[in-house]
Amino acid sequence: MVLKLNQSEFEVDRDKSKCISCQVCVRQCSNDVHEYDEDDGNILSENSKCVGCHRCETLCPTGSIKIKQRESEFKRNANWTPEHLKNIYKQAQTGGVVLTGMGCDKPYPVYWDHILFNASQVTNPSIDPLREPMEIRTFIGRKPDKLTMSSFTEPGSNKVSYKSNLSPQLKLSVPILFSAMSYGSISLNAVKSLAMAASEFGTFYNTGEGGLHRDLKAYTANTIVQVASGRFGVDKEYLNSGAAVEIKIGQGAKPGIGGHLPGEKVNYDVSNTRMIPEGSDAISPAPHHDIYSIEDLSQLIYALKEATEYKKPVGVKVSAVHNVAPIASGIVRAGADFISIDGFRGGTGAAPQVIRDNVGIPIELALAAVDMRLREEGIRHKVSIIVAGSIRSSADVIKAIALGADAVYIGTAALVALGCHVCQKCYTSKCNWGIATQDPYLTKRLNPEIGTRKLLNLLTAWSHEIKEMLGGAGINAIESLRGNREHLRGLGLNEKELSILGIKHAGEAW
Amino acid sequence: MKKIFIKEEYCIGCRLCEIYCQVKHSKSKKILKAFKDETDMLSRVMVEEIGHNSFAIQCRHCEDAPCVEACISGAMLKNKNSGIVTCSEDKCVGCWMCIMACPYGVIRRDLSSRKVASKCDLCGDEEYPVCVRNCPNEALQFKDI
Amino acid sequence: MDYKDYTENLNNEFESIGRENIFKNPREKFVSDYRVPSGCAVFGIINENGGLFDGGMVIDGIEMMHDRSNGLGGGFAAYGIYPEYKDNYAFHIFYNDSLARKESENLLQKAFKILYGDEIPTAKVASVANPPIIARYFVSPKNILKGTEGIEKESKVSADAINSAQEEFVANFVSNFNADSCNAFIVSSGKNMGIFKGVGYPEDIGEFYKLTDYKAYIWTSHGRFPTNSTGWWGGAHPFGFLNWSVVHNGEISSYGTNKRFVSGFGYKCSFSTDTEVLTYLFDLLVRKHGIDLNLVNYILSAPLWKDIETLPEEIKEFLTDLRIIYAKALVNGPFSIIVGNNNFIYALNDRIKLRPLVAAKKGELTFVSSEESAIRKVCSNPDTIWSPRGGEPVIVYIKGKEPMLHVSGKINSDNFIERMSGYGNSFAGILK
Repeated sequence: MVLKLNQSEFEVDRDKSKCISCQVCVRQCSNDVHEYDEDDGNILSENSKCVGCHRCETLCPTGSIKIKQRESEFKRNANWTPEHLKNIYKQAQTGGVVLTGMGCDKPYPVYWDHILFNASQVTNPSIDPLREPMEIRTFIGRKPDKLTMSSFTEPGSNKVSYKSNLSPQLKLSVPILFSAMSYGSISLNAVKSLAMAASEFGTFYNTGEGGLHRDLKAYTANTIVQVASGRFGVDKEYLNSGAAVEIKIGQGAKPGIGGHLPGEKVNYDVSNTRMIPEGSDAISPAPHHDIYSIEDLSQLIYALKEATEYKKPVGVKVSAVHNVAPIASGIVRAGADFISIDGFRGGTGAAPQVIRDNVGIPIELALAAVDMRLREEGIRHKVSIIVAGSIRSSADVIKAIALGADAVYIGTAALVALGCHVCQKCYTSKCNWGIATQDPYLTKRLNPEIGTRKLLNLLTAWSHEIKEMLGGAGINAIESLRGNREHLRGLGLNEKELSILGIKHAGEAW
Repeated sequence: MKKIFIKEEYCIGCRLCEIYCQVKHSKSKKILKAFKDETDMLSRVMVEEIGHNSFAIQCRHCEDAPCVEACISGAMLKNKNSGIVTCSEDKCVGCWMCIMACPYGVIRRDLSSRKVASKCDLCGDEEYPVCVRNCPNEALQFKDI
Repeated sequence: MDYKDYTENLNNEFESIGRENIFKNPREKFVSDYRVPSGCAVFGIINENGGLFDGGMVIDGIEMMHDRSNGLGGGFAAYGIYPEYKDNYAFHIFYNDSLARKESENLLQKAFKILYGDEIPTAKVASVANPPIIARYFVSPKNILKGTEGIEKESKVSADAINSAQEEFVANFVSNFNADSCNAFIVSSGKNMGIFKGVGYPEDIGEFYKLTDYKAYIWTSHGRFPTNSTGWWGGAHPFGFLNWSVVHNGEISSYGTNKRFVSGFGYKCSFSTDTEVLTYLFDLLVRKHGIDLNLVNYILSAPLWKDIETLPEEIKEFLTDLRIIYAKALVNGPFSIIVGNNNFIYALNDRIKLRPLVAAKKGELTFVSSEESAIRKVCSNPDTIWSPRGGEPVIVYIKGKEPMLHVSGKINSDNFIERMSGYGNSFAGILK
């Protein structure tokens, strides 16, 4: 006899006086939680199947459904938490690896919530962003040590003109990009929304390991193409179509292992775009099998630069691990134009839970350490640093920039804007919001026109908030905030944390 | 004139359009009261489904409406100004010739009191028909041809 | 105990012990690690023909703006005051006690040939209390290339290169000296120039240093209103480094970014002051990177993107590249600065003009000031008087000393720089 494994986590609280049995919830739930009883005209709900995605609650025309957290309770134990117990039950039953989706949800400290930003008063006027220009334009790419004029004299005159010999740069209208989320892990409609929004707003999105679908060719000017360990979809055309190339060494949610796309999500289209068999699990190798050391990375970087004729920035994405500072230093010297650092809170479509929750370090500390190390070595200007790993609001963006980042990647935040409720079941391909699925019945639910609009609204709103905070600190150009840790103070942090972050404690003046 | 158009690729088969159409044409016009008390509400929009494809269809308000041609009592008329084809219930005798003539199958029999033909009236007094306004995925659009 | 009592006690001890070594680490008491933002007054005069005049005019000018200071800092920079030693570096040094002086002089002798040294003559002024020992030396770096006579022929090294090497040496020496030392501070280290500053109203400081006895062709001055009552003489403006002197009214909100930028090029920001960082920015951009002075405002007070977009392609590309390369040199926050060097005076406002700056010309004299009243005090009827816009510099060279216009060592014809500077008026700091 198979013991029932599924312990309910959620309860569907249905207000019978408001339920009109319209069956919208029955039709919309991909986990078959609700069922219509023909005989008595009522709707019954099977709580154990509910994942807490709120699709039914959101669409119910009378608002009769509330999803509540309700678990069957164990004897209180601060050490053997219910989660540990349930994981062992599952593994004893199946012998498998416990998978999960999205970012680490454990109560490790969130440093963004312990850092406060500054405002100017009296000695230095704050600037009003509604009435004064406030500049947040950002350039990603390698910068030279100093200005060297490559000028030429026009023949027949002695007019000297300026010719730029700057390395290729990405021009962003706001220091926010869309993080790498592959077509396969998310639906084509979701990727289209990201691409269209990036294109319209003047920023970039990242293909992730998914390759470049033909429907997205119109947006290549705003695409960063990724070369990951599985090299899915990578060919010369792919490399040359993007605006920049990113070599993915690691990902914050699962440092040390490669990407994972369960077979349920590999349909015909995905298989074509990634160039893999339909229905097969796409598990990327852990390392790139041609990068076993830093000098191999340097070779790959220059190979990609050759393939793209030195016209596009080539960068490297790494997870934030203990030695991220020396690793970053090595990457700079290997020739990268930008480094993306993904903190341990980063999201994913599928990852083993033990790795997601126990491996890696917070992005705040990683960023501070990398920025400081690169500056000490005098090479900070050679790369742009993009950080990711749970940027949840414009305040996090401002703090990241003040700690030294050039720009941020948003992944989870973008999906939440599209409708995601972070139920962490992305690996099942049953995403009720049409985001992390390839099921055609579900992918219809994400209308790219609506999705694009929501993402544009998100970027617009965050841009305004960033401008307000900049103006409040008396700054009218974001480059004056970059690395300016004088505008940050820690709250409730110990000496060591303050010293690694490189900021003073709240209450200390200049 | 403005008509309702459907984008099949975005219809998610939730049938919220049907629910709101029923409420709009109910006696109480309130969703809870209508669904609890009234028993014979008829939606004028119908969602058709095959596999994962679905779309909502309603009266097309044809230029050359066959139902108007077929109507023996003159109840079914196309308004010259608004272009909307409506059935005057006081004139309708329930012969169902319009249902037979309609190439889209979007007219239904309303048997609640007198027997009359029931179909989409573009929610005359609203800025947007309620099905368009309440579609959660913007699959229904109200625009000029 | 409050500041007044403290200084009174010190005075008494001074009298009784007679200038023995009683200050162990006075920098800990006077200089905090805290920045001291301040509202202030600045004033500068240049005679573009190099004609010399005494400090009376500049003292009158800065005195007119008495209310912009609070008596906690005042200072002057003067160029052309040491014609007999014009090829040697003139070091003005503060010592807290004679032990510091002895140790410093030992160090100086190791690195330099000291041609002459004395204490700067001062007058007793009631409001200027507790001066440190103030000495000056005229020095030349020794042991660099065995003396420079005949060196060009011997090792085929140009005079320019020797000069650069010497400058580099002096810069490093002064930087390290000031970073390490607690009891001594090199106030200025340029050729044929000197900085005179201290704690007190600027006009009193001017009287203290007897500035009417000196004749210079460039004078700049500063009165301070710090929001922190530090009584440290070294904290007053101008800040000096090699031949540079900077007086500054304002507070830089991009301080952290600018500081880290210059630190990356080897500058030690030991004093946590905005003026220090500004000085290093000028030294880096103009001396080390060879950027023409007419282009520096496009870096420090860069024009807005929306204005750059309206310009012709070539200029747009150049200004965009400047902003990309020197993004961290953009100075944000209100400022008016007057920068002095042997051959020019340079004044600039922040890009949206949040502090006052007025300029005027009368004959061979050019004045720059925080307030028009100060100019009118010493020159009642100037030929022209104007208010530069945000980001628009006021540059006056000594006649004949304008450098061959160059960028990064490439000598080219004049029209690029001219074309660039020509745009200065059309977009620099367009005010709403």
